[in-house]
Amino acid sequence: MTQTFTLDGKAIPFADGQTIIQAALAAGVFIPHLCYHPEFKPHGSCKLCTVKVNGRQTASCTMRAAAGMQVESNTEEINAERRALTQMLFVEGNHFCPSCEKSGDCQLQATAYHLGMMSPHFDHFFPNRPVDASHPELLLDFNRCILCSLCVRASRDVDGKNVFALSGRGIKTHLIVNAKSGRLADTDIALGDKAVQVCPVGVILRKRTGFAVPIGERTYDKAPIAETVAQEGT
Amino acid sequence: MDAPGKKKLKVATTSLAGCFGCHMSFLDIDERLFTLLDYIEFDRSPLTDIKEVSPDCDLGIIEGGLCNAENVHVLREFRKNCKVLVAIGACAVNGGLPAQRNHLPLSTILEEVYHTSPGLANGLIPNDPELPLPLNKVHPIHEVVKIDYFLPGCPPSGDAIWKFLTDLLAGREPELGHGLMHYD
Ligand code: SF4
Ligand code: SF4
Ligand code: FES
Repeated sequence: MTQTFTLDGKAIPFADGQTIIQAALAAGVFIPHLCYHPEFKPHGSCKLCTVKVNGRQTASCTMRAAAGMQVESNTEEINAERRALTQMLFVEGNHFCPSCEKSGDCQLQATAYHLGMMSPHFDHFFPNRPVDASHPELLLDFNRCILCSLCVRASRDVDGKNVFALSGRGIKTHLIVNAKSGRLADTDIALGDKAVQVCPVGVILRKRTGFAVPIGERTYDKAPIAETVAQEGT
Repeated sequence: MDAPGKKKLKVATTSLAGCFGCHMSFLDIDERLFTLLDYIEFDRSPLTDIKEVSPDCDLGIIEGGLCNAENVHVLREFRKNCKVLVAIGACAVNGGLPAQRNHLPLSTILEEVYHTSPGLANGLIPNDPELPLPLNKVHPIHEVVKIDYFLPGCPPSGDAIWKFLTDLLAGREPELGHGLMHYD
């Protein structure tokens, strides 16, 4: 007999070892997430995937599913907290969507739409984060980095290159490039690398292709993120 | 919306550090403007050229963020005189394009614009006392006064503005939903 847990009143089957988010997405139920990616070990840092398990909050991307668990996800209370987290991500960086090549394909933006984020609410930090345009094919716009570490994991675990790392602590945490000069041009990153594909926001961008697909015809213009992700089962 | 009541709602609008794009988009509701005028009348607005906000305004719609002292003054006037204040468009909501100067010192920007840029007459930095002083940084309006509702978009489409206003006039919590909710 398949084992199940209950997610917002619905029985979700799972296999041994699966996390709550894996089982939920496989069953076509969307749980908001930013640092989780099905192909990588969970990082558990963004907390967007927070759910209540038997009344206690936990990250659903790191918590293994267990038979009989009572999980709440799509509730007013949890979504309000997710919205606040999303607003913090917006004000900590510089997110000017109208001038961002990733707009319409961006998971942060689409998640904010999903959560009904109408304003950033908090005061903006307006940090100074110079871009790295040194590489002939790639642009790094640190203004939009949400420190999800997906590029770090992809470069280390898939590409075997360790091009990226997170450095510093707390609010000072930032993304660095592993080269003596600190510049992307001085790494062995290549266009085909997984690290180049995986950024959920508009930091790691291929040059000269940004508007190949016009605004209005992009991933989340066609369908909201909850539907897009649930269809793909990712 | 319900049938028009006796008293029309007084609506004031302004563009602070914005490009008037949100006002243009407002006009994009096209003939629906006539329906709207059954319910509202315009007070201070670029559409009427009335210069001061009446003290009994029901709704204030603010486009643009704050880039100079006059913007702050106008915003405070709106807050004082309008029961409900709406931030419309990316610039009002998060500073928008003008706020992309925020990582540069103001003096550097003025130097570059008026002194060192190629192709410009080597002029003076304007200092006429009539000119409002620029702020060190551009700020979204919710950082200075309380804002009741936000309508994001650069600009929000005419349809988004229509949905938002009709929700508000009908006493509903405005809800945009997929397709109308845009930050770009
Ligand atoms: S990364 Fe996403 S949220 Fe940030 S500016 Fe670009 S589109 Fe907007
Ligand atoms: S660059 Fe992109 S993938 Fe890498 S940590 Fe920042 S947001 Fe995540
Ligand atoms: S997706 Fe689970 S913590 Fe980020």
